[in-house]
Amino acid sequence: MDAFTTHTGTAAPLRRSAVDTDQIIPAEYLKRITRTGFEDGLFIAWRTNEPDFVLNQPQYADASILVAGPDFGTGSSREHANWALLDGGFRVVISSRFADIFRNNSTKSGLLTVVLPQADVEALWAAVEADPALQVTVDLQAKTVSYAGTTVPFEVDDYVRWRLLEGLDDVGLTERHLDDIQGFEDRRPAWLPKALPALPS
Amino acid sequence: MPKTLAEKVYEAHVVRSTPGEPDLLYIDLHLVHEVTSPQAFDGLRAAGRTVRRPDLTMATEDHNVPTLDILSPIADPISRAQVDALRANAKEFGIRLAPMGDRDQGIVHVIGPQLGLTQPGLTIVCGDSHTSTHGAFGALAFGIGTSEVEHVLATQTLPQYKPKQMSVTVDGELAPGVSAKDIILAVIAQIGTNGAQGHVIEYRGSAIEALSMEARMTICNMSIEAGAKAGLIAPDQKTFDFLQGRPHAPQGADWDAAVEHWSTLRTDEGAVFDAEVVLDASTLTPFVTWGTNPGQGLPLSERVPDPADIADESERRAAEQALAYMGLTPGTPLAEIEVDTVFLGSCTNGRIEDLRVAADLLRGKTIDPNTRMLVVPGSVGVKAQAEAEGLDRIFLDAGAEWRGAGCSMCLGMNPDQLKPGERSASTSNRNFQGRQGKGGRTHLVSPSVAAATALTGKLTAPADLIGA
Ligand code: SF4
Repeated sequence: MDAFTTHTGTAAPLRRSAVDTDQIIPAEYLKRITRTGFEDGLFIAWRTNEPDFVLNQPQYADASILVAGPDFGTGSSREHANWALLDGGFRVVISSRFADIFRNNSTKSGLLTVVLPQADVEALWAAVEADPALQVTVDLQAKTVSYAGTTVPFEVDDYVRWRLLEGLDDVGLTERHLDDIQGFEDRRPAWLPKALPALPS
Repeated sequence: MPKTLAEKVYEAHVVRSTPGEPDLLYIDLHLVHEVTSPQAFDGLRAAGRTVRRPDLTMATEDHNVPTLDILSPIADPISRAQVDALRANAKEFGIRLAPMGDRDQGIVHVIGPQLGLTQPGLTIVCGDSHTSTHGAFGALAFGIGTSEVEHVLATQTLPQYKPKQMSVTVDGELAPGVSAKDIILAVIAQIGTNGAQGHVIEYRGSAIEALSMEARMTICNMSIEAGAKAGLIAPDQKTFDFLQGRPHAPQGADWDAAVEHWSTLRTDEGAVFDAEVVLDASTLTPFVTWGTNPGQGLPLSERVPDPADIADESERRAAEQALAYMGLTPGTPLAEIEVDTVFLGSCTNGRIEDLRVAADLLRGKTIDPNTRMLVVPGSVGVKAQAEAEGLDRIFLDAGAEWRGAGCSMCLGMNPDQLKPGERSASTSNRNFQGRQGKGGRTHLVSPSVAAATALTGKLTAPADLIGA
C-alpha cells in the first residue's frame, strides 16, 4: 500500500446519496482476477446513460478528490470499488457518512476516506461548482481539508492514520503477534468445526 | 457487567487487546468464493505466505456459475478464468472446494449452515457482505473486503474494533402470508440503509423466536442492507435441532459439550444496547420495494410515493432519481405494477422452506403467460431435496423454469439477467440500479409475494389470490 500524507488536487461534486458499490463498479467487472485496471468500470452506468453526470463534464475530468452525498459505498463488500476509484485517479473521497465495509476497505487499499459534516460537504460542493479548478488539499498529518482560505478539521482513528502515513500492511503487523495467535489456538475446544476433511452429507 | 450476545462472542475471540490499537480477533470459519478471493491469493503468493488454517477455510463457486448446463465448461471466458483461478488456488493452498457439480456446491451462505459448519458462538467471515446470514445461529458473522480475506488466510485473525450494539425487538404474531422477508424489509424501511451503521443488530422478541432457522437466516441476511456490521439471533432448541446430525456438527460427547456452551449464548438481563428498535409483527403486511435501495419500501397495499412529500432534501432527490430509474409514477398503486420476470432464489430466499412456500401457492396453477419465473435453489443440496419432495414438478407444471444452484439473477454475473427496462419481482436482497442486469428494475419481495406475482403478472399479495 502507498503511504498517504497529503494530497492536493481538484474535486468533483457528486450530489447523490447512498451511492452503492454496484454503481461504483458493477458486477460484470468483478470477473477479473487482477487488482488494477478497473477504471473502465468506474460509475460506468451513469457515465454511459447520463450526459451531464459529473464525471462526464470536462471541467471535472481530472479531479482526484470525490465529494459525495451521505452513505457512500453501501452494499456489496467488493474492494474493487476502492480499486476502481484509485484506478480512476481518485486519492480521496469525502462524504458525511460512509458504509462500514467500504470505509474499512479504504484503509487497506490506500484510498483516503474523509468524513465531514454535511454542511461542510455542501460548502465544498458550492465552492468546486463555482470554480472547478479550485485546488483542495487533504492533509492527513494535520487532519484538515483546506481550499480557498477555508480549513476544515476532520477526525480519523489514530491507528489507521499511523498506518496510512507509514503505508504499513496489516498482515505484516499482525505477524508480530504469531505467538499470541498460537496461544489462542491451543486453547480452542477440540469440537469446534473443521471444513477438512469433507464429511459425507 | 451484563453483556449482549454479540459482546460475549466478540470477547471470547480476542487474541490480543492493546490500548490505541484495534483488537486482534480470531476467526473460526472463513468462507471463500471465486469473486473476492483471487487477488488475496495473489497477495499471499507475492509475499511467500501460506494459508494458516486450511482446515478452517471452505470455498465454493457460486456467483459466476451458470444455472443451465452446469456440467459443461462456463461459456464466458472471463467467468471461467475466475472459477479456474479459485480451483488452482484451492489446490495450491490445500483448501476444500465445492466446485460446480459437487454435491456440496451452492451459494456460500447456504452451504455453511447446510453442512453444519455454521454454529453458534463462532466468528465467521467471508469476502461477501451477506455473511451476516450466519448470525441466525448466534454466530458473529460479517463481510470483509479482499485485503481482509488475505489477512484471514494468512493469520486466521482480523484487526477489529468492538462494534456498537443495537437491538431490534419484534413481538406479536405474523398474519398468514406475511414472512421474515416482510419483517426485515419493514425494519430497513423504518431505520434506513444506514440506520444500523457501526452496529451489530440482535433480533429478539416473540416473533423472532417463533421463526424457523431458515426464516431467521432471511432476517440476518439483510442486516447489511440496514448498514449493520452483522445481525444475530440467540441460539435455542430450534438452532440445535437444525444442526444435529449435519455432517460437521459435533457428535456424541462433543455434541453435549457444544450444546452446553451454546445454551449460555444469550444476552444477559440488563445488558445495554446503544440503540433499540421495536416493531409489532401483528401490524405487518407484505412489503415491497419501489425504489433503488432496500430502504425504499412500503406495504404492497400502498401507492408509489410522491417525492414532493419528502421533507429531507437528500432523501427527496434520492426518491426522484429512484422513480426516474424505476419508470414509476407517484400515486400508482403498487399492486398495479406489472413485472416481466419473477426471480425466486438467492442467499436471502433460496432455501428449501422458501421453495415450499412458493410451490404451495403455485400447485395446480399456471403462471401469467407474459411473465417468466426463474426458480434457482440456493444449493445443490436444496435442489436435491426439492426434487425429492416433487417441488420441481410443481414449478415446471406451473410454467416456471427450474434451474441449477447459484447466485444467478441476484446479481447477474452469470447469463441470468434482466434486459434494459425489464422489471422483476425478486426474492433477493438488493434493488440497486442495474443489479440484476443493465437497466433492469427490481422490486424486492418475499417468496409468497413472488409466487402470487408470477400468477397474476403484477405485484400481488398472496391474500389477494383467494377467490382469484
Ligand atoms: S445470492 Fe446474491 S447476495 Fe447472496 S451471495 Fe450471491 S450474489 Fe451475494
